[in-house]
Amino acid sequence: MREALEGSQAIARAISLCKPDVVAAYPITPQTHIVENLSKLVADGNLHTEFVSVESEFSAASVVLGAAAAGARAYTASASQGILLMSEVMYNISGMRIPLVMTIANRAVGAPLNIWNDQSDTMAVRDAGWIQLHCISNQEAVDTTIQAFRLAQETELPVAVNMDGFVLTHTMEVIDVPAQAEVDKYLPPFEFSRKLDPANPVSMGTLVDPNWFSEVRHSHHAAMVKALPKIEEIDKAFAKVFGRASGGLLTVEGDKKAKVAILAMGSVVGTMMAGQDEFKDEVGSARIVKLRAFRPFPAKALRDALKGVEKLVVIDRAISPGLGGVLGTEVSAVLSTMDNGPKVYNYALGLGGRDIQASMYKDLLKAIENPKAPRFAIFDADLKKLPPEDR
Amino acid sequence: MAPRSDNSKRLNELRMKHGRPPAGPNEPKAAKAEPTLREQQPRFRGLESGHRACQGCGEALAARLVMESAGPDVMVANATGCLEVFSTPWPQTAWRVPWIHSLFENASAVASGMEAAMKAKGKNTKVLSFGGDGATYDIGFQSLSGMLERHHNVLYVTYDNEAYMNTGIQRSSSTPHAASTTTSPVGAERMGKRHLKKDLLSIVAAHHIPYAASASVAYPADLQRKVRYAMGVEGPTFLVIHSPCPLGWRHDSALTVEIARRAVECGLFPLVELERGALTNIMPIRDPRPVAEYLKLQGRFAHLFKKNDYRAAEELDHLQALADHNIAIYGLRGEGTDPVDTTGVAQVRRGGPLAGRN
Repeated sequence: MREALEGSQAIARAISLCKPDVVAAYPITPQTHIVENLSKLVADGNLHTEFVSVESEFSAASVVLGAAAAGARAYTASASQGILLMSEVMYNISGMRIPLVMTIANRAVGAPLNIWNDQSDTMAVRDAGWIQLHCISNQEAVDTTIQAFRLAQETELPVAVNMDGFVLTHTMEVIDVPAQAEVDKYLPPFEFSRKLDPANPVSMGTLVDPNWFSEVRHSHHAAMVKALPKIEEIDKAFAKVFGRASGGLLTVEGDKKAKVAILAMGSVVGTMMAGQDEFKDEVGSARIVKLRAFRPFPAKALRDALKGVEKLVVIDRAISPGLGGVLGTEVSAVLSTMDNGPKVYNYALGLGGRDIQASMYKDLLKAIENPKAPRFAIFDADLKKLPPEDR
Repeated sequence: MAPRSDNSKRLNELRMKHGRPPAGPNEPKAAKAEPTLREQQPRFRGLESGHRACQGCGEALAARLVMESAGPDVMVANATGCLEVFSTPWPQTAWRVPWIHSLFENASAVASGMEAAMKAKGKNTKVLSFGGDGATYDIGFQSLSGMLERHHNVLYVTYDNEAYMNTGIQRSSSTPHAASTTTSPVGAERMGKRHLKKDLLSIVAAHHIPYAASASVAYPADLQRKVRYAMGVEGPTFLVIHSPCPLGWRHDSALTVEIARRAVECGLFPLVELERGALTNIMPIRDPRPVAEYLKLQGRFAHLFKKNDYRAAEELDHLQALADHNIAIYGLRGEGTDPVDTTGVAQVRRGGPLAGRN
C-alpha cells in the first residue's frame, strides 16, 4: 500500500513486517525516530517483540548478539558515536558469524560535535566484517531492510543497512509498504544453525590460538566473498515478489556510454541523477555508478561498470585524514588491476551535513575539465574561512 | 613393555578402597563394595574436569559448584577472564551447557539478549552470566546495572578473586585495601593498594533486585543453597563468590579452601543475603578470628607482617577495623547459638595441610 511516511517511520514499519523476536536500541540522533516508532508499534500491540531499552549502544549491540546467538531474529539501529561505541561488539558479532540486522542512520563523528549527515560512522567500522549496504531513497531502505534479514540468515553474517541521517531518516516520501503476506512469503522464519540450545550445547566465542586464527579469518573473508552473488540473488528474488529491485551490488544510471563517470553511495546518488537531468545540456551527461554494496566490495562488477570510462569522480562522504577519501581510496585500489582504467578524482562532499545541491553535478564535471584538477579535495570546503596556515 | 611400578599398585589399592572400578583389564577387580556417598548422589557436571585452571583454583571450584546446582537447562554468557580462557581453548571445551563468550564488559548485556530471546520464544531455560571481579566491579559495571534495572531473569555470578588474575595480577576495584598486586606494588612509598574494596553487593542490592548474596568456596553447601534459591527466583539475582587465587594471592594451592574460610571467619568477607535491598540472612561468626590469621597465609599481604615497620602495623589495624566494621553492620556475631554457623564448622576437627596448626 502506498503511504506518505517519514523515512524512520517507514523503516519501523519494515522492521515490524519482518517480525523480529528481539529489538534492542539506545537513542541517538538521527536514529531516534526509528526506535520511537518501533516502541509505539509495541505499545499499541501492533508489534510483538521483546523490546530491550538498553543503557548504551554498547549494550544494544551486545543484547542483539546474545539474542541472535540464542536463536532469535534480532534488530538494532544506531548512528555516529553510537556506532563507534558499538564497534568492539560489531567485530565480535561478525567474528562469531552471528546473523542480525542493524540500521545505521549515517551521521558525522565528533569532535567537533555534529549531528548531521555524512558517512564517517559506517566507514569507521568498514573492517568490522559486516555486510554493508547503502540506500539512495527511503523506498530502497525499506526494501533493503527486508532483504537484509534474509541475507543475514542465509549468509550467517550481520548486515548493516545504511541510510543517510536526516536526508532520508527525516524526510517524507511516498512509500510502497509491502503487504505482510508477501513479506511472509519472501522471508522465512529465523533459523540459526549454531544457536545456543540446551538440547545440543555448543561453546561459542572460545579462545583461538595462532594455530587456528588465520583459518578463522580466512573463512570469514570467504563468507563475505560468497555473499556477493547472494546479495544479487536476494535482490532478484525480492523483485520477483514485490515487482522492484534495489540495485544488487551496484547499478549504472544515466548515460551508460559516457566517458565520464560519477560514483557514489547513498542519497547523493539521487542528487547527482537530478543534477544530470538539469545540467546535461550544459556539461554533458555522465555514467552514474550507484554503489549499493560497500562490504563485500564488488570489485569485478565495478571494473565492468567502468569499462571505457576515462575520468571518474568518486564522491566521498567520509575522509581518512592524512590520506584522502575512504571510498575513493578503495575504488582506486580496485581499479589498479584494470587495463586503461579511468583517472580517479576523489572529492569529499557534504561532510557534517553540508547541503549538496543538484548543481554540484555541474560543479564536479566542470572541475575535472581542468588538467590541474586535484586528485583529492574536500570539494565544498571554503578555505577562506580558515587562517592562512590551515589552508 | 615396562613393568608396572609400585605406584600403580598403590593407585589400584586406592581405587579399590574407594570403590572405583579398576584402571585396566589386568588389574584385580574390587570386591563389590557399597556405592560411595558420591556415587549415590550423582551430580550434574556443567563444567567438566580436564580444563586448564591452575592447581587450587578457587574460581574453577566455585564454577563447578554453581553448575552442579544450576543444572542442565541453562545457558551461560561468560565474560572474558580466566574462567573463559581455561575452559575453552579451541577446539576443546569443558562446558556441557550452551555457553557463549563475547567480550570483557558485556556479559550482562549478552545475557539480557539471551533472556529476551528465551522470553520471545516462550522457553524457560535460565540464563546465567559469569564474570570475574574485573569484568563485574569494573569494566562490566554499567552493563550489569542495566541488566539489573531492566529486571532480566538472569542469575549473575561473579567469581571474586580480587584482582585481574588473567592478565597477571593487576589491582581491580575489588582488590582489598593494602593488598600487593603488580599495579599496586609495595615500595618505599606504598603499602599495596591505597583504596578500599568496592562494596559491590550493596550497590547491586540498591537496584532492589529480588535476591543478592555473597558466598564462599569454603562453604559449598551454603553456596549451592544460594544458587538453588536464585534459580527459583523470577528476575535478576546476583551472587558474589569469594574465590581465592593461589597464584595471585601467593599461597600454597592446597590452602584455597582454608584461606577462603578464614576470610569469612575474620569478617573481611561476610556471607550475607539481601532481598529487594533488605538484609534477610547472614552466616554468623560467633568467635571472629583476628584478620592477621587470614592475611598471614598470603604473599600479597606479606608486607603487613614486616617487623619494626610502623606502616605495617598501621595497615594491619586498618584491615582489622574494616573487618570489625563488617561484623558490626551485618551483625555477624548473631544471636543465640546455631549449629550450622561458622563456629560449628570450625569446631569440627579437620585434617588437611594445616591440621594441628593455627
